[in-house]
Amino acid sequence: MLLIPCPWCGPRDEAEFHYGGQAHVAYPENPAALSDEEWARYLFFRDNPEGRFAERWNHTAGCRRWFNAVRNTATNEIEAREVIA
Amino acid sequence: MAERLSPPARFTPVSSDDLRIAEVPFLTQINLRVDPKSRAAADIGLALGAPLPTDPGTCTSAQADVLWMGPDEWLVVGERGDDPEGTIRAAAGTAHVGITDVSAQRTVISVDGPRSRDLLAHGCALDLHPRVFGPGRCAQTMLARALVVLAATGEEGFRVFVRSSFAGYLADWLLDAAGEYLRKGTVTSR
Amino acid sequence: MTSRRMAGWQGEPVRFRFDGRDYEGVRGDTLASALLANGVRTVAASPALGRPRGIYAAWTEEPNALVRYGVEPMAQATTLDLTEGLDATSLRGRGRLSEEPDTSRYDAVHAHCDVLVVGAGPAGLAAAAAAAGTGARVIIADDRPVAGGSLPDTAETVGGVPGDEWAATTLAELGGRPDVRVLSRTSVFGYYDDNYLVAVERRGADAYSRERVWRIRARQVVLATGAHERPIAFAGNDRPGVMLAGSARAYANRHGVLPGARAVVFTTNDSAYAAARDLAAAGVEIAAIVDTRDTAGHAQDGTEVLTGHVVTAVGGDEGVSSVTVSGAGHVDREIEADLLLVSGGWNPLVHLFSQAGGELRHDDATGSFVPGPVRQAVEVAGAARGVFTLAGCLEDGAAAGARAAEAAGFRMGDAFRIPETPAEEPAEPAAHLWLVEAADYATHFVDLQRDVTVADVMKATGAGLRSVEHVKRYTTAGTAHDQGKLSGVLTSAVVGHALGLPLADLGTTTFRAPYVPVGFSTLAGRDRGALHDPVRTTSLHEWHVAYGAPFENVGQWKRPWYYPRAGEDMEAAVLRECHAVRTSVGAMDASTLGKIDVQGPDAAEFLDRLYTNMMSTLKVGAIRYGVMCRPDGMVFDDGTVIRLADDRFLVTTTTGNAAAVLDWMEEWLQTEWPHLRVYCTSVTEHWATVALAGPGSRDVLAGLAPGLAVDAASFPFMTWRDTEVAGLAARVCRISFSGELAYEINVNAWDGLALWEAVMGTGTVTPYGTETMHVLRAEKGYPIVGQDTDGTVTPADLGMDWVVSKKKPDFIGKRSFARADTSRPDRKHLVGLLPADPGRLLPEGAHLVETGTLPEPPVPTLGHVTSSYRSAVLGSTFALALVSGGRDRMGEELYVPLGDELVPVTVTSHILYDPEGARRDG
Repeated sequence: MLLIPCPWCGPRDEAEFHYGGQAHVAYPENPAALSDEEWARYLFFRDNPEGRFAERWNHTAGCRRWFNAVRNTATNEIEAREVIA
Repeated sequence: MAERLSPPARFTPVSSDDLRIAEVPFLTQINLRVDPKSRAAADIGLALGAPLPTDPGTCTSAQADVLWMGPDEWLVVGERGDDPEGTIRAAAGTAHVGITDVSAQRTVISVDGPRSRDLLAHGCALDLHPRVFGPGRCAQTMLARALVVLAATGEEGFRVFVRSSFAGYLADWLLDAAGEYLRKGTVTSR
Repeated sequence: MTSRRMAGWQGEPVRFRFDGRDYEGVRGDTLASALLANGVRTVAASPALGRPRGIYAAWTEEPNALVRYGVEPMAQATTLDLTEGLDATSLRGRGRLSEEPDTSRYDAVHAHCDVLVVGAGPAGLAAAAAAAGTGARVIIADDRPVAGGSLPDTAETVGGVPGDEWAATTLAELGGRPDVRVLSRTSVFGYYDDNYLVAVERRGADAYSRERVWRIRARQVVLATGAHERPIAFAGNDRPGVMLAGSARAYANRHGVLPGARAVVFTTNDSAYAAARDLAAAGVEIAAIVDTRDTAGHAQDGTEVLTGHVVTAVGGDEGVSSVTVSGAGHVDREIEADLLLVSGGWNPLVHLFSQAGGELRHDDATGSFVPGPVRQAVEVAGAARGVFTLAGCLEDGAAAGARAAEAAGFRMGDAFRIPETPAEEPAEPAAHLWLVEAADYATHFVDLQRDVTVADVMKATGAGLRSVEHVKRYTTAGTAHDQGKLSGVLTSAVVGHALGLPLADLGTTTFRAPYVPVGFSTLAGRDRGALHDPVRTTSLHEWHVAYGAPFENVGQWKRPWYYPRAGEDMEAAVLRECHAVRTSVGAMDASTLGKIDVQGPDAAEFLDRLYTNMMSTLKVGAIRYGVMCRPDGMVFDDGTVIRLADDRFLVTTTTGNAAAVLDWMEEWLQTEWPHLRVYCTSVTEHWATVALAGPGSRDVLAGLAPGLAVDAASFPFMTWRDTEVAGLAARVCRISFSGELAYEINVNAWDGLALWEAVMGTGTVTPYGTETMHVLRAEKGYPIVGQDTDGTVTPADLGMDWVVSKKKPDFIGKRSFARADTSRPDRKHLVGLLPADPGRLLPEGAHLVETGTLPEPPVPTLGHVTSSYRSAVLGSTFALALVSGGRDRMGEELYVPLGDELVPVTVTSHILYDPEGARRDG
């Protein structure tokens, strides 16, 4: 059971969170202007590194805020986190 | 008017020397959303008699109890029949705030007594040690398998705010877990 | 049978039965010690080979002595407290679950501490005392009923008093501190990320819960878990009477039990000499110490020591009767003995450390694996990291405890004064012998519980296996209840011997939780029976129960399914309820629908982005149906949107998706559109909702709400009104999920039952359940998200092009509707199906094929049935289905393979009833 540091509520059990996948994948400014290939990349393609990975978490059972965290996927250490604002 | 019915319709309060569990039904509850740095937030705090608590996991108590729910969200809890909604609306004026009556959305179960922390620890993963979660602290978290808002109301007293649909489940769960602490001087009343 | 209890050993007698025979032990015994005290040598038959087996060890590492008692299918006799009337049976063959239900209660507790100490031996007690002295919150968990770890086994003194006494006093002092929690009989069995450890406390049959799981989050952990003595693989090493030397010492010192009369001690190290001394003092004749080393340890005067010798054979089929020893340059000797004590050295218990992610290092001096680097905040102290002297363990533990407390932010407390211990003789270096070489390895046992021999391991290496993980799986060594506590490293050593590789290079197999067996009922705890999963109920629930409704599970909700009258089955009840709604009026509890209050100046803009259709044009007072898609264009949820004010909407969601839709809204608001001034709040349970449906619903509503103009012109379809219904403040929405004239009446949930009773009090309204609701909506072709859709269905697939705005520049999902994939002609469309036999009800999930005879497999399938019901108004069964190119197949005959049958059906529009919508206004 990971202890995930919610930027607002402090460390809480992993079970209180929903995982939101890779961070910094912005909704395209103008989807209509994208090619099918580009749109498919937005929809379906994400990184899956071993090591540091910036990802999104939502403290669903707590303050319901989304935040970004850098987690080492090999060790589960959370090295940094940021409020999304 | 017909009789109102609170959610754990069959809830029976129990009390012993070590533990007291009872429902506190029909409280007035308002969900408040507002930018904590806004003029409106300050005005609402003024009207409620205490600034909106901005430290995560804390609550204030003046004309109503105000529980921190998120960086721009509070649960304002008044006694049965209070109208904090009117107070808040008047203070907010035309500013962008979210004010929603959620009185029946959750009910409140009070847990009190020397073994209250032991009882809650059966289902709550938070550290409830008095130095960590003493009076004035609140948290949204899980108790057993239900989402709750937990507020420490005294040295040994807690309020558990639970979604109405989960209230029956949580009451059953609490009573089952409480059995261990109800052996001394137990009184069951309706 | 002769008593093997030491003369003068005091104890309250305890009567018990084993394998149908009556015995007597004493309080404080384990079943194993009591059996040994009664001279019972053979306690089990090995599972695969049926060989007789005796008690081999004295605690959780025991491989042989498994018993069943009560509802407990498999317990170790070596850890089982002897209680009055215990009736245990040896486990011969595999364990079987009891046929009796387990009526005990089990539960769990969350606990937090600055320092968790695992083990209350010398190192653990010193660590806990040192940490507690700083004011840190300390938990000390120990799996034994009495404190001291190995101290009661070795009878060493600490601080001038017997070690067990010192341990008990120290633990009691710790337990008296306000911020120290002592957990006895508590095995920490799992070590997970972020110092999350899980333990099982055996509280006993008389406690409120028989066993309790502790979920402990510790800032720092000290593992003082001790060590296990190592077995040696030699011919006949599984005979009853072969026992670990330290375990025999434990039976003598802890329980006053002599496991035999005359013993041969086979050792590679000094510790067995101490065991021999204690056993001799207790009355066991030591026939000889067989030491694999060339230099003897410190034996008692008069004890014969055979250096440079090994045991090569064990005589006696039912138990040890003699031991054959060999040494280079010596003639083999057969020594008469009924007990063979073995010590191959000691393995630090690194299981939890390894589970924590710690790396292991091979220590050449002790020939064992010891803790190496670790990422988590954990210290290892005492024998668990290869410190094998008493003074060393106390010192090591105290230092580790102080370091842990300091790392948790505590310092300068009451210093823990390390108690004095008797001077210890300097130890001769241990030899590292795992295996006595022989021509035939058929009875050199590696894993006694799995009946795995050195020959089996060599068969594995002979088959080309190199990894100890592969050998484990090939031979099953280390996979029994004891998880290879004794056999694990031995297996690695034997693999090394076979391959000519050093043990250090082979390593160990992975250590995994649970360290000791834990029952599923223990793990389930309170989450079973009625509390297994939350049951969500509406404010009308008690009424549904009183009226005998069976319930349908929708997510965690209990929804009334139908209301059978006397003599009715489900089919009859549902047909009656459907008939009532289509011809008169019915009412349903619709409170479970998700409800979200959306407010703010940008609320309309926000909903325009979320829904496929336009919401900003909705007028205050009006209602619109809407569909939400994911960015991939697939339907995510649907519901109605009510405009309460320019800047305020009430959105409804499907019952199962309420939380997901709110999360979805928050996700977009927080992560993509923080500039939109919108707040969303769940009000699902604030409202109770009663759906009133049928041509008679207007009259019923008019009667209950005299202040409300209910005629079609004053209160048109898809509008709402705030009014009083039955004297209750209510919001009435004119919407329909059945195609009939219908209303949804919303009141504060506290008033829900009062409203429902008022509706029922009119005497003209038939209550209906979810099954009727499903039939009615399916007759109208209204899909249910999650039943008729599965995350691969677009609005167009559902025949709902009309709900997709062509005007909005963007909304979630729009771009995907321009992908080639979403306009494939062979996409699966929602269609209706009418079976050729109108009495034939198709099972939901059934597949559809094109031809009346099945081709050779693989059979191409066109789609599947998503909903299927009997319809009174259609006079037939019917179904909804997702069918490839379905809308181009109207009137086609397709087939549903059911068993050997191919059931013919005709494809129709999914709207089977009142396609013109003539009934909407009553």
